Amino acid sequence: MKDYFAQIFTGGKSLLVGMMITLREFFRPVVTVQYPRERLPISPNYRGHTILVRDEEKPEKHRCISCKMCERECPSGCIGLQGEKREGVKGLVLVRYRLDFTKCSLCGTCVEVCPTDALDYSNEYRHVGFRREDFHYDLLAMVEEQK
Amino acid sequence: MSTTPEFREHRYVLNMGPQHPSTHGVLRVILEMEGEYVMDPQPVLGYGHRMHEKMAESRSWPGFLPNAARMDYLASLIYNHGYVGVVERLAGIEATPRAEYIRVITSELNRLQSHLLWLGVLVLDLGAFTPIMYTFEDREKILDILEDVTGSRLTYCYMRVGGVVRDIDDKFIERTREYIKWQRSRMPMYDKLVTGNIIFRKRVEGIGEFTPDLARRYGLTGPVLRGTGVAYDIRRAEPYSVYPDFDFEIPTETGGDCLAAYLVRVREIEQSLRILEQALDRLPEGPFLAKVPKKIKLPAGDATYAVESPRGELVYHLTADGSEVPYRMKIRVPSFSNLSILPEVCRGMLLSDLCACMGSLDLVIPEIDR
Repeated sequence: MKDYFAQIFTGGKSLLVGMMITLREFFRPVVTVQYPRERLPISPNYRGHTILVRDEEKPEKHRCISCKMCERECPSGCIGLQGEKREGVKGLVLVRYRLDFTKCSLCGTCVEVCPTDALDYSNEYRHVGFRREDFHYDLLAMVEEQK
Repeated sequence: MSTTPEFREHRYVLNMGPQHPSTHGVLRVILEMEGEYVMDPQPVLGYGHRMHEKMAESRSWPGFLPNAARMDYLASLIYNHGYVGVVERLAGIEATPRAEYIRVITSELNRLQSHLLWLGVLVLDLGAFTPIMYTFEDREKILDILEDVTGSRLTYCYMRVGGVVRDIDDKFIERTREYIKWQRSRMPMYDKLVTGNIIFRKRVEGIGEFTPDLARRYGLTGPVLRGTGVAYDIRRAEPYSVYPDFDFEIPTETGGDCLAAYLVRVREIEQSLRILEQALDRLPEGPFLAKVPKKIKLPAGDATYAVESPRGELVYHLTADGSEVPYRMKIRVPSFSNLSILPEVCRGMLLSDLCACMGSLDLVIPEIDR
């Protein structure tokens, strides 16, 4: 009988201790961010999908020389690029750079092997689409759109 | 399925998972029940099988780096560490001292966030919702720190052969120190809220007990083994990286039950904080990436590298035939062995205790299936 009441007492006490801790939480600053309405600043080091770096000094506004190093080294095989020979221009001119982001695992191999540092990570983290093709990015068009 | 004929009419089969909230992923357990008691639990694996070992054999070795992080999503950096470790050992490359320190610091942060998540979900499995909110608040701080240096929040691909991708800066060190202080101030709260809670204790005390002998027979490692009183930790038993430089304890408990595994992990949080503190104090200057040739051919032969993941012993065994593509890669994951004890330990247990037992094993299913 005595044991019975002792158990009720310890149980009640432990309940109160827990309640006190949760009660204290009411007076602490709110940590939850209401995501679609509020946003946290994203770290500049965040690695989103790769982009071609815009370089105003180059005539094509990017540094890609179509050497296909990234395409060859990519472990997932998600890069497809094409360069073509144009008259009066030294080297190859990039005509297409496709990134299949559905396959990319963001390992960063392409950025590391690039001999001209033409690739970098974007800060984009909101990728929404209804079709698979929505994630087939055209990096060349992206870099040309940038102003 | 082993059903003794005379009791068959009382028994029924209950399917748990593969999408059950307390199986943490896609583990399916077929339970042979007698009333509320589990008589024969049989885990069914393979729902998350992605043939990682085969993938390692079919591409040149750097291509496996992102895969290493995707086996155990809670200890990506430690899996990274193990993989670059085995390649370095085979190719005879040494990482720079600064890189080794950075690896230890980030690995320990990774271990901390894994333990914090585990603490939250174990208690969640037992029916208490509040603590996971608090552990996620702490965990978020670690993820922010790691995001700033590695660029991602969960599946890091941070380590490279010879070093790491990006150097840590003063901001990182300052934030980590702040975090250590914060986490220390939070531990007494968890002690009161979870460890001291009478309902929690009644749910885990004496549940799923096993002896060191049984643990050895099933190849159990990590906190589950240390909960039976065996101080076996790869960081001590087979020191790798710069772990011998640090002063830390291997926490053990003697109970061998769910509570012991819980207490070991909570005490490990404190030890990880200690390692972090020492590593930050002694961080050497120098390059963060050693000068390595652009293309590394793996010399013929094999190498083994073991690391301590938050769940136990993780071993990479790499066999190469002189080309860039590994001939065979064997990965020994801790959760697989830890799960194998389930049918032995959980026989005759209440169904709700089975959830506690699986929670204390800290299973990560993609790691088991690979």
